[in-house]
Amino acid sequence: MKQFIIFVKKEFYHIFRDRKSLLIIILMPIVQIILFGFALTNEIKNSHIAILDNSRDIATMAIIRQLDASRYFDIERNLYTQKDIETAFKTGKIKLAVIFQPGFNEALAHTNHAQVQLIADASDPNNATTVINYASGIIRDYQTKLNEQVQTPYMISQQVRMLYNPQLKGAYNFVPGVMAMILIIISAMMTSVSIVREKEINTMEVLLVSPLKPLLFIFSKAIPYIFLSLVNVSTILLVSVTLLEVPINGSLLLLMMEALLFIITAVSLGLMISNITESQQTAQMISLMGLMLPTLLLGGFMFPIESMPTPLQLVSDIVPSKWFFIIVKGVMIKGLGFRSIWKETLILSGMAIFFLTISLSKFKTRLA
Amino acid sequence: MKKLFFLLEKEFRQVFRNPAILRSVLIMPVIQLLVFPNAANYEVKNVLLCIVDHDHSAYSQRFISKITASGYFILTDYSPSFKKGMQAIEADKADLIIEIPARFEKDLVTENKAGMMLAVNAVNGTKANLGAAYAANIIRDFNSEVQMQWMTFPRFNAIPTIDITTANWYNPTMNYKDFMVPGILVTLLTMIGTFLASLNIVNEKQIGTIEQINVSPISKTTFILGKLIPFWIMGLITLSLGLLVSRIVYHIIPVGNIGLIFLFAMVFLLALLGVGLLISTYSETQTQATFIGFFVMMVFMLLGGLYTSIDSMPEWAKWITKVNPVAYFIEVMRMIILKGSGFADIKYHFLIVFGLAVVFNSWAILNYHKRS
Repeated sequence: MKQFIIFVKKEFYHIFRDRKSLLIIILMPIVQIILFGFALTNEIKNSHIAILDNSRDIATMAIIRQLDASRYFDIERNLYTQKDIETAFKTGKIKLAVIFQPGFNEALAHTNHAQVQLIADASDPNNATTVINYASGIIRDYQTKLNEQVQTPYMISQQVRMLYNPQLKGAYNFVPGVMAMILIIISAMMTSVSIVREKEINTMEVLLVSPLKPLLFIFSKAIPYIFLSLVNVSTILLVSVTLLEVPINGSLLLLMMEALLFIITAVSLGLMISNITESQQTAQMISLMGLMLPTLLLGGFMFPIESMPTPLQLVSDIVPSKWFFIIVKGVMIKGLGFRSIWKETLILSGMAIFFLTISLSKFKTRLA
Repeated sequence: MKKLFFLLEKEFRQVFRNPAILRSVLIMPVIQLLVFPNAANYEVKNVLLCIVDHDHSAYSQRFISKITASGYFILTDYSPSFKKGMQAIEADKADLIIEIPARFEKDLVTENKAGMMLAVNAVNGTKANLGAAYAANIIRDFNSEVQMQWMTFPRFNAIPTIDITTANWYNPTMNYKDFMVPGILVTLLTMIGTFLASLNIVNEKQIGTIEQINVSPISKTTFILGKLIPFWIMGLITLSLGLLVSRIVYHIIPVGNIGLIFLFAMVFLLALLGVGLLISTYSETQTQATFIGFFVMMVFMLLGGLYTSIDSMPEWAKWITKVNPVAYFIEVMRMIILKGSGFADIKYHFLIVFGLAVVFNSWAILNYHKRS
């Protein structure tokens, strides 16, 4: 036991004496969570649009004013000919062009029919659908206002309630997601690099001939990084609650325990990576490239997993961050208790045990 | 010049003898390009729906069959009470609850108006937004069907109507992959470029060989160039490979000029590698380089406009995207590949990224000291 404590101490010395790295590890998550918590949003607003008004009368002016006043649109430019539309799309950032027919108001007043055309830049399909929806909504509102006196029978009204996140803040979704990503990458990378470094600078030999058992050696490597990651979790939570105003609706203790479980899983993954690699560069490549994109894409916080083809849905099941993301969302935002997330917890535990077993059984007590 | 040549020879030898680097330049991007566009799909189609019907009337039944037939929703739960519906939302078995009140049909027929309640799980904004929009549209359609049935409209429009026609340019089939593949290609290029470059110099520092270079007559600029050129060439190889894959697998054929893509990529890679070199001159160990590289890359990628729209970001974040070469390249890729923009359309992007390349690289050269 005493040996074990000495080894843990040694590892802590390693960490604390590399001031620059320590600073990076502590500060980076905070900056990232603030940056992405504020900047990332799935909401579509301030889309740049262009207007081709062939009519210039009261009606078109009123509609243009409405479009400009809405928070969804910024009018970037006015176009004068049909040909300008194409150039505007090709050079600029405009997402939508609104084209009014000549004599718009007259047509509306006399024939009760007027035409407006919406052309969207559909290279981003969702964005196109959304901006067309918003613009149609605004135009339809104007029409309804015109017809206020006429009463329509058989109206079905709708009342929409946004649960958990009434302001549709992006942070509610991205904080748990970014947290999962930062934790898994930092924990896995730090652990794998610290072991591979011993191999690379040939101090591994010394450690292996020491009387410490392999199991304890591995634990002594893991514990300091588990500790550091827990510090990271605390700072991330602190920042999200105070600055980003993301609530912790469930139990904080439960959340911390789940975070600990996830960190242990990530650290075990790091141990496993260190077993199969010989150089720090490779270990970093694997932990970063191998973890970053799958977490980003298959973790569930960027792209809806239900829309993916079945094989990918199956692959997403082995991404640990996916389960952690579900847990954090459940506990933090929906305020659920352990009863609703025991399944995810069990899966994460299973993964941790699996990674640990592999790294222990593959751990070589002799080099070369 | 001759010195540079020798340096290049050394770098290329190192690269070719390291299978890990070759793998990450050649094989990994191809695999990722095959897999990720299938995953990176924002298309929201299978919204899980829970219906709480207190009315059990002919109308409510008709509405339910209409909404389930729409193709956007999967009816996963038919709950007797709103509370049960909430449980489905908590367990992620439903994204949306539609509650039809008792007396729905009666109110509609006798009082001329009835209400429906939609409750959306809004933790994920996109899904909530689109799901609610789809449902609202279906309800509106259902409403006009009912009105048509009960009212006789006059032959001519009695009330002024604005006809809205819509068109989707550049991607009329609304294929999400056409949009994502060019962006993902840029992401892959970014990851490879920043990392390899940032790790490379630090590696020399860490194993001590930088001493040998420091005491040699190689100038700072030559040294940096020697580090830059090999990765620059590898980046272009990755790009060609990526374009080939997107052509064969995803049938994406650039509308614009491929030469223009490469021209832009050359400048972009310079800027990117400059960032990598800059990182490595600031760090002493590989771990530091990787962490800083990870941070810079996350910022570049997440604030690059690939995943979320730049227009929606707060003002200060938009400023960050202005010095982000990745944001420019993603935009230019999409412009050239999907819209067929020419050089005149992207000249500002080109100039800015060129400027960024000059700044990052000079900074890296200035910050690299031959004395430790």
